[in-house]
Amino acid sequence: MDTNILTKLTDTQWRIEPKGPMRVPGVIFGSESLIRDMDDKVVEQVSNVASLPGIVQAAYAMPDAHWGYGFPIGGVAAFDPEAGGVVSGGGVGFDISCGVRTLHTGLDRAAILAVQQELADALYYRIPVGLGSTGGIRLNDREMDAMLAGGASWAVGQGYGRPEDLERIEERGRIGGADPHQVSDRAKQRQRDEMGTLGSGNHYLEVQEVTAIFAPEIATAYGLQPGAVLVSIHCGSRGLGHQIGTDYLKRMALAAGQHGIRLPDRELACAPINSDLGRAYLGAMRAGINCALANRQIITHLARKVFAEVLGVDLTLLYDVSHNTCKLEEHVVDGRKRRLYVHRKGATRAFGPGHPDLPADLSTAGQPVLIGGTMGTASYILAGTEQSQELAFNSACHGAGRAMSRHAATRRWQGRAVQNELAERGILVRSPSPRGLAEEAPGAYKDVSEVVTATDRAGLARLVARLEPLVCIKG
Amino acid sequence: MSDNPPRPIPSWEHFEHRADMGVAGYGATAAAAFEQAALALSAIVCDLARVTPKQSVAIDCEEPDLELMFVDWLNAIIYEMAVRHLLFSRFRVRIDGARLQGEAWGEPVDVERHQPAVEAKGATYTALSVQQEPGGTWAARCVVDV
Repeated sequence: MDTNILTKLTDTQWRIEPKGPMRVPGVIFGSESLIRDMDDKVVEQVSNVASLPGIVQAAYAMPDAHWGYGFPIGGVAAFDPEAGGVVSGGGVGFDISCGVRTLHTGLDRAAILAVQQELADALYYRIPVGLGSTGGIRLNDREMDAMLAGGASWAVGQGYGRPEDLERIEERGRIGGADPHQVSDRAKQRQRDEMGTLGSGNHYLEVQEVTAIFAPEIATAYGLQPGAVLVSIHCGSRGLGHQIGTDYLKRMALAAGQHGIRLPDRELACAPINSDLGRAYLGAMRAGINCALANRQIITHLARKVFAEVLGVDLTLLYDVSHNTCKLEEHVVDGRKRRLYVHRKGATRAFGPGHPDLPADLSTAGQPVLIGGTMGTASYILAGTEQSQELAFNSACHGAGRAMSRHAATRRWQGRAVQNELAERGILVRSPSPRGLAEEAPGAYKDVSEVVTATDRAGLARLVARLEPLVCIKG
Repeated sequence: MSDNPPRPIPSWEHFEHRADMGVAGYGATAAAAFEQAALALSAIVCDLARVTPKQSVAIDCEEPDLELMFVDWLNAIIYEMAVRHLLFSRFRVRIDGARLQGEAWGEPVDVERHQPAVEAKGATYTALSVQQEPGGTWAARCVVDV
C-alpha cells in the first residue's frame, strides 16, 4: 500500500486518521517495507472495524496483517459492552482458537538426527492429518458437551495428559462461560470424528531445533537453550469451530438491523455483547475455544506416545496460546480500568511480566508468544512486554502471513519437489497431499523474520528464540 | 480474471485472495451460476477430473436473499463433504423463489487417488455478489476460508 495515506508515528507504527464513520483511528504496526507490501484491503478493513459500535481506543493491525473477511487477518479490536460494544464472528474467524502449543523434548539435534526418518514416519502414522482424516475418539452427545465445557481440562480427565499440563495453557486449559447448547447440532456433527486431528492447510506438527537465542534471561526462564529440540503443534477447533463461524456469521448479518447496527458490509456481521445473540455467540465461541484446547491436548498425547516409543523421552509443555479469539480482559484505558472484549483474529495474546493470568514461574519473564513460520524457514518464540498493554491491548503477530495466493503457489512449485528440496536441507516433511505442499511452499509466505523483528521493534513482544524445523507433519 | 478473452458459459474460476480463495460461477441463470461456483469450490479441494460422480446427496436451502442463499448453498456442500467424507464433481441446482433444491454427485475421499490439497472451512460474505451482468450472464462469487 501507499504509505502516504498513513501518518507515520514511529518507524513501526502507522496511523489511519479517523474519517467518515470511523469512531476511532486505525493503527498498523510494521516496518516500512512490510507496510508497502500490505494489501490496500488492510486499510479498508481496519477502517471498517474502527467504525463498529463501542470500539475502544483504536482498531489495530499487526505486522503480518493481510486481507481477511470482515476484520483483517492480524486484526485486534476491543469493545466495551457498557458503551454498546459488539462481538463479531468475523473478528474471531472460522478457525476458532487456532493456535500454537510448544513442548520441550529435553533432547538435542544429534538425538533427533539418529532417528529422524523413523520419528517422522511414526509421527505421520500416529497423528491424523489432512482432509478426510479421522481421530480414534468418538464422542456421544453427553461427552461432546462435556468436552465443549471442559477443554483441555476435560481431555486430561480422560487420560490425555497430566494435570500439570494445564498450568501452561491459556485459561488453565478451560475457558469459562462456554455454552454447548449454543453450538448447533451441525457443528457437533462436524466434530464427531475429528477430535485429535491436525487438519490441513497451514496446520502442522513440527520437531524444531533452537538455532538462536536473543534474550538469554527470558530463554532460561522458558527452559530454552541453543540446540535444544522442541515440538510445536499448530491447529484449531476443526469442523466444530468452522461451523460455529458459519452459523453465527449468518445470524449476526440477519439480526444487525434489529440491533440498530448499520453494516458497511455484511462481512462485518456483529451483535451487541449485551444482546441474546451476542451472548449466544460468546457461549458457542468459548465452546469452540475449549474444543481447540482439547484437540491440541489429544494431539500432544499422541506425540508423547511416539516420543516415548522412538526416543524413550517425555514431552513437557512450554506454553499453549491461541490466535483466533475474543476474550474478556481488563485493560487500563485513559487511566481507567475497563473490562473489554478483545478480538484477536490472526493475532496472539501477549501478556507482559507480572500479569495476574500468568503461571507463577513465567510471571517475571512474561507470556511466551509462539509464532509459527513455514516448513522451510523458522518459527519464533517471543515474550510479552510491559508496554504491549498500551500499544495494542497485549497483542502481537501470529505468523508469516501469505505473500502469494494458493493458486500462484501451485503454478510456481510442485509438491514433491518442495519436499525433496527440504529433505536435502535436512527437513523431513510428511504429508498426504503434494498439492497441499506446493500451496504451503515456504516461498509463498512473507519473511517471518521481518515480521517478528518488526513486532520486537514496535515493542509488542520481545524476541527470545528462533526455531528451525527438523521434521514437519503437514496436512 | 477471464473477462478477456470472453469466458465460455457456463464456467467457473478462482479469483485471487492472498490467504484464502475466491470462487466464481457463471451461467445463463442464477441456478447455473450456483452449480458452476460449486465446481470452483470443489476444485479448491482437489482436481475435479479425479472425482467420479458415483453417488448423490440432496442439498436443500431456504433463504429469500439470493446472495445469502448462495453462501448457504456453498456452506451446505462444505458440511456434506465434511460429515460424509465425500468429494463432489457434479452439481444440479433448481431455485424456486426462496427455495433451493440441489444435488451433488461425487464419491468417498480416497487420499491416494484424489490427493486432496486443503479443506474448505466456510464460505464467507467477503466479495460476495450474485448478479446478472450486462450481457445477461449470471455471476455468483464469494471468498471461501481455507
